[in-house]
Amino acid sequence: MNQLLLDYLPLVVFIGVALVLSLALLVAPFIVAYSAPDPIKLSAYECGFNPFDDARMKFDVRFYLVAILFIIFDLEVAFLFPWAVAFGKIGLYGFWSMMIFLAVLTIGFAYEWKKGALEWD
Amino acid sequence: MTLTEIWSTYLWPLIIMVAQSLLLMVTLLIIIAYLLLADRKIWAAVQIRRGPNVVGPFGLLQSFADLIKFVVKEPIIPDGANKGVFLLAPLITTVLALAAWAVIPVNAGWVIANLNVGILYVFAISSLGVYGIIMAGWASNSKYPFLAALRSAAQMVSYEVSIGFVIITVLLCVGSLNLTAVVEAQNGPYGMFSWYWLPLFPMFVIFIISAMAETNRPPFDLVEAESELVAGFMVEYSASPYMLFMLGEYVAITTMCALATILFLGGWLSPIPFAPFTWVPGIVWFLLKVFFIFFIFAMAKAMVPRYRYDQLMRIGWKFFLPLSLAMVVIVAAVLQFGGLGPR
Repeated sequence: MNQLLLDYLPLVVFIGVALVLSLALLVAPFIVAYSAPDPIKLSAYECGFNPFDDARMKFDVRFYLVAILFIIFDLEVAFLFPWAVAFGKIGLYGFWSMMIFLAVLTIGFAYEWKKGALEWD
Repeated sequence: MTLTEIWSTYLWPLIIMVAQSLLLMVTLLIIIAYLLLADRKIWAAVQIRRGPNVVGPFGLLQSFADLIKFVVKEPIIPDGANKGVFLLAPLITTVLALAAWAVIPVNAGWVIANLNVGILYVFAISSLGVYGIIMAGWASNSKYPFLAALRSAAQMVSYEVSIGFVIITVLLCVGSLNLTAVVEAQNGPYGMFSWYWLPLFPMFVIFIISAMAETNRPPFDLVEAESELVAGFMVEYSASPYMLFMLGEYVAITTMCALATILFLGGWLSPIPFAPFTWVPGIVWFLLKVFFIFFIFAMAKAMVPRYRYDQLMRIGWKFFLPLSLAMVVIVAAVLQFGGLGPR
């Protein structure tokens, strides 16, 4: 087997084992357990009365905003990974390039803060 | 290719891989069964209760009794639910949580897959954990799970950013993405004072707190805040699908404890760098450190009141994020100009 396969095949095997185990646990009660469904039991839970409208309602736009902010900063982290690993080899040039990149992002972050995108009340 | 060659090049290594995977999986699940019990016992002790003490001596078999109970309970799938996604959600949560353990080294060389991008893999897998919760909340077609899933997604992604920056600072000191290399880099002459918890102490604290928020542990368990959202995204689940969520949650907590151990507490290294402490097998040190971090998690759950949602988001975005970003810059500058570059 080549090296790539030797590195990654154990990973696939492990995930396979985890999948088989979880699937077995998931299916087990459908096979062994007693089951007597009725309409009340199968209705959506809602503090003692029948559900009165669809649960998929409108929700606050701030959740969407958080998702967008997350994408920006997570991408930033993704850029930092290779930089951090190569840090010892890229010298002063590499250091200052990343500092400028981070400074630009910090300006963006300060703007978001000032605009109130991080407020939650 | 002859039959013997196929056997020796493909089948035999495959059998070894399966055996190793099964060994790790079984050990991990047994350890988690007892961590769960320890969690309940510590919580009870803080509240001056006994905790589970009926099943087996001192309640030691409680988790296994719970497993059997969950498997023989009646599974309920609500009429309004999207049945496929509803059942897929717990499966995804558990499989992803378990998958992270494939790259975690528990001793020198004791790892299922010694990837050179190990930490990136763990980061990616733990990011995917949010899908299980979103899918559960959406597929349930019920109000409480829906609200809880939204909250949970926002909370988990917020703290993931801080965890990312914390990992970056450690990577700056190590210069490698391999988790074994991260531990080896902390092997210094001063034992526990060579580990990264000391020079990177603020990051260690941020990591522990973010890990609690990322895994929806109290005091950040707003996802299943039982006084507001009944049981969060798990309201409609019963029997083993519910158990898979709980299992996935505890596996994720254990992963975070192991990651904190590897990044900051020197993995399997002995805290005191001379005999007889160095004779103790590395796995023992590793487990002790994981239990220590888990004890912090359990005590935080027992002692700290739950945060309000706006407080939670404020800490994440306005405190941890700027602080960890600043620490990345400071650590990089110290390494660059202080002559302390990675080995």
